[in-house]
Amino acid sequence: MTDIFWIIPLIPGLSSLILVIFGTKLPKKYISIQACAAVFASFVVSVISFIGLKQIPHEAYPLIKNLYPWIQSGDFKAALSFQFDPLTAVMALVVTGVGFIIHVYSIGYMAKDKSYARFFQNMNLFTFSMLILVMGSNLVLMFVGWEGVGLCSYLLIGFWFEKHSAANAGKKAFIVNRIGDAGFILGILFIFIYVGSVEFRAINEAIGGGHITQSIATLIALLLFVGAVGKSAQIPLYVWLPDAMEGPTPVSALIHAATMVTAGVYMVARMNLLYTLSGTAANIVALVGAITAFYAATMALTQNDIKRVLAYSTISQLGYMFIGCGVGAYAAGIFHLYTHAFFKSLLFLSAGSVMHALSGELNMQKMGGLKKYLPRTFPVFLIGAIAISGVPFLSGFFSKDAILTSAFANGNYLVWALGIATVVLTAFYMFRLIFLTFFGQERLDPEVKKHLHESPPVMTIPLQILAFFSIVAGYVGLPLVFGKKLNLFGHFLEPVIKVSHEAHLNLSTECLLILFSVAVALFGIYLAYIFYIKKPQTPHNLVAKFPTLYKLLYNKYYVDEIYNATIVQPMIKGSEFVYDNFDLKVIDGTLNGSAKTTGFFGKFFSYFQTGLIKDYALIFLLGVILLLGYLLF
Amino acid sequence: MNAPILSIITFIPLAGALLLIFINKDKENLLRTIALILTLVIFVISLSLYINFDDQNPDPQFVEKSSWIGYGINYHIGIDGISLFLVLLTTLLIPIAILSSWKYIGKRVKEYLIFMLLLETGIIGVFVSLNLFLFYVFWEITLVPMYFLIGIWGGKRRIYATIKYVLFTMFGSLLMLVAIFFLYSMYYKATGVYSFNIFDMYKLVLNPSIQVWLFLAFALAFAIKVPMFPFHTWLPDAHVEAPTAGSVILAAILLKMGAYGFLRFAMPLFPDALTKFLPYLGVLALIGIIYGGLMALIQKDVKSLVAYSSVSHMGLIMLAIFSLNVEGIQGGIYQMLNHGLSTGALFLCVGILYERAHTRLIKDFGGVSKQMPVFAAFFLICMLSSVGLPGLNGFVGEILCLFGIFKANMVLAILGVTTVILAAAYLLWMFQRVMHGPITNDRVHNFKDLNKREIAYLLPIIILMFWMGLYPQPFLRKMDASVNKLINQINQKKTLFTETKKESELLWDIKTIENTAEDHQEKEEPVQ
Repeated sequence: MTDIFWIIPLIPGLSSLILVIFGTKLPKKYISIQACAAVFASFVVSVISFIGLKQIPHEAYPLIKNLYPWIQSGDFKAALSFQFDPLTAVMALVVTGVGFIIHVYSIGYMAKDKSYARFFQNMNLFTFSMLILVMGSNLVLMFVGWEGVGLCSYLLIGFWFEKHSAANAGKKAFIVNRIGDAGFILGILFIFIYVGSVEFRAINEAIGGGHITQSIATLIALLLFVGAVGKSAQIPLYVWLPDAMEGPTPVSALIHAATMVTAGVYMVARMNLLYTLSGTAANIVALVGAITAFYAATMALTQNDIKRVLAYSTISQLGYMFIGCGVGAYAAGIFHLYTHAFFKSLLFLSAGSVMHALSGELNMQKMGGLKKYLPRTFPVFLIGAIAISGVPFLSGFFSKDAILTSAFANGNYLVWALGIATVVLTAFYMFRLIFLTFFGQERLDPEVKKHLHESPPVMTIPLQILAFFSIVAGYVGLPLVFGKKLNLFGHFLEPVIKVSHEAHLNLSTECLLILFSVAVALFGIYLAYIFYIKKPQTPHNLVAKFPTLYKLLYNKYYVDEIYNATIVQPMIKGSEFVYDNFDLKVIDGTLNGSAKTTGFFGKFFSYFQTGLIKDYALIFLLGVILLLGYLLF
Repeated sequence: MNAPILSIITFIPLAGALLLIFINKDKENLLRTIALILTLVIFVISLSLYINFDDQNPDPQFVEKSSWIGYGINYHIGIDGISLFLVLLTTLLIPIAILSSWKYIGKRVKEYLIFMLLLETGIIGVFVSLNLFLFYVFWEITLVPMYFLIGIWGGKRRIYATIKYVLFTMFGSLLMLVAIFFLYSMYYKATGVYSFNIFDMYKLVLNPSIQVWLFLAFALAFAIKVPMFPFHTWLPDAHVEAPTAGSVILAAILLKMGAYGFLRFAMPLFPDALTKFLPYLGVLALIGIIYGGLMALIQKDVKSLVAYSSVSHMGLIMLAIFSLNVEGIQGGIYQMLNHGLSTGALFLCVGILYERAHTRLIKDFGGVSKQMPVFAAFFLICMLSSVGLPGLNGFVGEILCLFGIFKANMVLAILGVTTVILAAAYLLWMFQRVMHGPITNDRVHNFKDLNKREIAYLLPIIILMFWMGLYPQPFLRKMDASVNKLINQINQKKTLFTETKKESELLWDIKTIENTAEDHQEKEEPVQ
């Protein structure tokens, strides 16, 4: 039963195709059933393949299914070929599992939308693309999925394209991603030249066989990382992700949790031998991750838009995953990817449920006291917040600590410190969100309050499932203090991720580290409690005291404005200048000018304006005869 | 092959044009139907070229040869792996162009169709000619119908645009004519035989200092046609003024004649000069990529935007061809087909918008997707094909081009990769302003979605885009032998000259290669 894994991506792909062709003619009910069933079928096949994978010896990894040679020209060979190994299994399970829950939730959330079929065809396509990305057995096919998710994000972020802001956000996402993709393409080309193949097996063999020098590895690793920075929204290409909120909320959940942004982390983990070979590249990955984690968290502190807070928190959490990969703890990075998928999709969908209840209200300053109105949404939202904050015994705690411990063990103290600082910020802004939304005074618009209602079961049941996993998902990867054999997750990934150096921490140090980060997380929550429950005046006082800092954070460091002023505008203004002066004046001016001054072209014009082929042919013939005579005799 | 199939394909359109002359000009639908059926029949016949094409044979197939005027001016045609698909692209797009102008062309329908058919003969002639003189005749013939298509059925500034187009092209091609006769006379001086046969010319080993001038003359003609920077300014004007079908054929096929000219003539004939100019040509092509992209970004007219995108795309194609390796040249040819389909389709889409709005200015649109969801889907696919999204045809060509360029020169490839970003930027931005956002122009409310005719001519292109993106093997494999041969030919001739350098130090000296001459004689025979 292990050889059927290659149909995992094809099921949602086929479903999407059917919806594209017949979508407008099908009833809503059928559309939702087909779309969800397709993803569920993929999930089932993923589970079957996963079980099958565990029964075969590690030497047989990865399973390969070569469908046909896709592009072949000279030395360039890229096959349409899928592979299945532990890393792929984890990703496929996350994508289809979480993806399925998001699909089901969407049935309720999108029930009243006119473009129902378009929504689900794109959601299926998104799942399909992400599965191609994680299952492709070579870099070119991975790039297909890579671009595919880029396209789907464009289509879905801009789903309500009648709105300027949505159309803009979709376009921005695609173009910013493309900047990263350009780097990715160059990385692929370099690998082709130095390895001679883009198949992951061949690349790993070449690295293992010492055919790649360290400097080449650094170059390639960094080029690929440029792609990851774009897709996984790290500094400096993160700007598209906060704007991606313009899409329907289930889309945000899909982008932030199951698909798209995790692609960069997956790629780095997939190419772990390359990053291990190049210490420089790995350090840069860790540093970029750490700085992004901290930086994004600071921006989340002041946002009032509930989804934007979550968006910045995604950027920040992705930073953690890159810290994990950068310090060599790839399994921990993927572990965090996996737990994050649950609690982040939970948070987004809960936020969607809040929005749904409040007729689309996003501003937390206009919420408050919702606890009693949303009895089913509130507890799950709270669970998500606790999980992401790193409170012990929920999933986020295990994965985050695995990363931070590894960073410390590797002597990356700066990275570790930034990670710890981010823990405080994360706990703070998440509970700021909880307190502002569910506690304190009601600040609702009266009109909104009239329509206040809890979401239907088709939305809340998926939330409860996600909440369950947000609690328990971490127990497959227990830290070392609980015993070495209990890290099932890490063990499972070992065939793909060769652990080059074990973290040399003794148990007591690890315990201390864990206790410290727990204390820090609790401190963050306490701080939020002081700020927003106990002394609600504190935020205002602080804003009054540090107006510049607040404005800087609130306006997201003006990065969008800076990019616009330093890159976009100069490019457009410069191009306009060149167009007006070079194309129109120099080139055309020369032509038209000479025509005017000499009258030579003017005469030519009049010849042609007679419109008679006869004249033309005559001149032509004359020229031919003259030349012939001249040359031959 | 017993039937002279290539001649049939080349000249049925001409015969059709003659036939149309005798039909009453008021029976417009009859005229259109005849032209459409005729061009469809040609397309079907041309498919047999693909089916019967032997992909192991690098030399021209379906060869026909007969004497014509004498003095080496023979009727000599055939196709190889390089020209095969260009012929097919032509036979596919002409009926599509005719179908697309069914309603739009309301005046002088008869003349319009006659010119379209003439144009088809001219273009196919260019791609099948194996005799330099014949090639030149066809090359010039294409100018005439295009001149009238823009000049009569074009927009407001059509006269300016069409004269600019003809002048630019004529200027280049006259120099090429001089060069052709120069070659002719040199061949005669060397062998005592009159010949315009391209295979005879290939055998000439020319002194590099002569090659330089001849190469420049050929290259200029082709570079203008492509168009390469800085000879591109005729293109936006011609496109903006041309009727939709004219733009489609211009962008999709006529530009390819320039790139084809490099492959068939300028590069294999003058390899030493090519080597010498390669760095400059590469830089010009690269400038074209970036320059075209930046200019496309700021255009206010959709057509002019697509025209500049052509400059950018053709820059990538030329850069790939100049890389002189299998991947680059195959990628270049593949990308020519892709560009033909995607840019052709984009012009069709712009035409569809124009027929509804009678404007092409980006600012006059907005929110069209809401009114025309089916059109939005088609337009989106065409745009993504042009952007080079994997799964569609553009990606296969683009990645091969980039790989070829990368192998030849990493710096150029690293800079050329910006096309990936630029193409997304200018196309998506345009798409957003035209198709998305709220409807600002009241006229848009009256837009009707695609009718069956419009779907009928867009759908084949869309299907091909997916096919060529997902399964390019049937296309690439047919090119292998010919592309390999071309590269060997260029490299081999370069070494040949160095061997005979001593004897050839005189400026005017010529050397023919006797030993390989016989091989070629044999291979020129028609394939049975």
